[in-house]
Amino acid sequence: MQPQNVVEKIWSRHAVTRLEDGETLLYVDRVLVHEGFWWSIADALRAGRRPVHRPSSVIACADHFVPTSSRASGHAGIADERRRELILRLENEGGELGVKVIGMMDERQGILHVVAPEQGITHPGLVIVGSDSHTSTHGALGSLAFGIGTTEATHAMATQTLWQSAPQTMRIFVGGRLPASATAKDLILTIIARLGVGGGAGRFVEYAGSAIAALSIEERLTVCNMSIEMGARAGLVAPDETTFSYLAGRPSAPQGRDWDVALAYWKTLRSDDGARFDREITIDGGAVVPMATWGTTLEHAIPIDAPIPDPANESDPLRRHAFERALAYMDLRPGQRLSDVGIDRVFIGSCTNGRLDDLRAAAAVVRGRRATVPAFVSPGSREVKRAAEIEELDRVFIEAGFEWHDSGCSMCAGANGDTLAPNQRCVATSNRNFPGRQGPGSRTHIVSPASAAASAIAGRVVSAAQLQTHL
Amino acid sequence: MTPLRTIDAVAVPLDESNVDTDQLAPGRFLMRSVSPELLLHDRRFDAQGKPHVGFVLNDPAYAGAQIIVARRNFGIGSSREAAALALPTAGFRCVIAMSFGDIFYGNCLRNGVLPIVLDETTVGALLQALRARPGMHLVVDLPSQTVAGEGLGPFAFAISPARKQCLLEGLDDAALTDRYRDAIAAFEANYYRAFPWLA
Repeated sequence: MQPQNVVEKIWSRHAVTRLEDGETLLYVDRVLVHEGFWWSIADALRAGRRPVHRPSSVIACADHFVPTSSRASGHAGIADERRRELILRLENEGGELGVKVIGMMDERQGILHVVAPEQGITHPGLVIVGSDSHTSTHGALGSLAFGIGTTEATHAMATQTLWQSAPQTMRIFVGGRLPASATAKDLILTIIARLGVGGGAGRFVEYAGSAIAALSIEERLTVCNMSIEMGARAGLVAPDETTFSYLAGRPSAPQGRDWDVALAYWKTLRSDDGARFDREITIDGGAVVPMATWGTTLEHAIPIDAPIPDPANESDPLRRHAFERALAYMDLRPGQRLSDVGIDRVFIGSCTNGRLDDLRAAAAVVRGRRATVPAFVSPGSREVKRAAEIEELDRVFIEAGFEWHDSGCSMCAGANGDTLAPNQRCVATSNRNFPGRQGPGSRTHIVSPASAAASAIAGRVVSAAQLQTHL
Repeated sequence: MTPLRTIDAVAVPLDESNVDTDQLAPGRFLMRSVSPELLLHDRRFDAQGKPHVGFVLNDPAYAGAQIIVARRNFGIGSSREAAALALPTAGFRCVIAMSFGDIFYGNCLRNGVLPIVLDETTVGALLQALRARPGMHLVVDLPSQTVAGEGLGPFAFAISPARKQCLLEGLDDAALTDRYRDAIAAFEANYYRAFPWLA
């Protein structure tokens, strides 16, 4: 048989039918939805008189609009009436339709892409779609996971399928091993800086190589999460022993004999020797350093201690134009160092970097120091929050002057009202630095949790290592 | 979905790359139904809701435009369908660019908006012409898959046959999928025999 890559294996296992032009009717195992779009999907299902085909395959989680403070007062604590209404619609209508609802007051509540892996809902070999672009996160466990719009999500819920064009594939081979000073976030920023925001366009990416194999699941979740930021439809890591031991015993993971059958199948989900990819690139994992974005797309990422590039040196006129616009928007000059740039806020959290290891890494930098700018920590889920509090990480943050919040998407997307004031500069562990992403006129620098923590202490954009030398 | 065949309309030159979904439909509006003001809201309006005079979409010379021409990476970012739906709600039926965000591209097709990919030279020529002759029309013809303007083109573009058919007839995916109900049922029977814990 012709060698197949892991994407092709999962794809062909889910192909219900193929049209002549390559469009595939792809079977969908799980549909992820949040309250930001639930209402629109529910309205469309109602308008089309479509029942939910397989309610147990739908996971509906409250994360985008939920407040990250005053959670104790429940829904009454939601200041904005419309947001409260939409959260309640997800919880009530989801319940009526029989889908798996993880509502605002649920003990498991958190960001969809933190909660599903944590609960063992994400397995290798699944096709997972979500009404959220960061659904690519779930590829970390070897699933084929991608974001879709609400019309497609409605279709997936009504028919358990999606029409998809044949997958273009790409392998990003990361050799060596990440140095201790660099994180998974720095790796994915390095990859995006190299490939550009359109570099993965339309492709399903497999991350492979020794540096990827050495990553924990939490780190792989960070890498796969940001696949969408280079335009890729999905990113995944073929399942291995790290994956299997992460999944074993989680609430929604298969148990007993099912586990054995599942495991035997999961072990087949590797790219065969000689498997073909439409594009392959190699990155030296050992050369990854702490990174930060200076501009308004994720390809505007540089080593955090490097000078801001000069658009005059950019040969491509379109990139040069984008550079100039980004510099003006961010109020920065070519040659300037980010470590000389004063900041107004720090945000630690999101589906990219809101997991326990992220909070540990940030707390390790913060311990015994003081934040010099307002800094905000929102754990990725209540489970993460509880685990962090058992380790007393909350105390480390609070004693350093950080705010310790409840879980949600919060300031990453600003959909719940956690936003910056115009022209405020924020160092964030989230995933997008787009103009106005964190509120009109907001300026965002994307970094790792350790660098975000260091920046809160320094009041400037710095890595943990730079913080040491400056003190 | 409204069928789409030919658009003969004013085109507006948005000479930028990386017009992302947060610009197209800012996150703080996602809890509302899409309004004509949503599209590129913070680019078009100031904090008081007054139009930014310098922004090309507010330029009266391009009033009534139904086509946007932009550069690279149009619609990168979020899956929010509002970013695509904001276009027809504001009167736009077509975006021409060198490349698109993948999810946005799919969302356009499902909201009766035609995303057209053309090469750098062609997009550059279109932008130049639209700036030089504000208010000029472009003619987008889906059946023949061409874009033309006075003294420009026709330029051919590609689109998947299935997507083209849906746009031409105003069909949604469900109509097509319903023809495969039996195939889906057969697939499920086999699939859940192999993976019963997923059922």
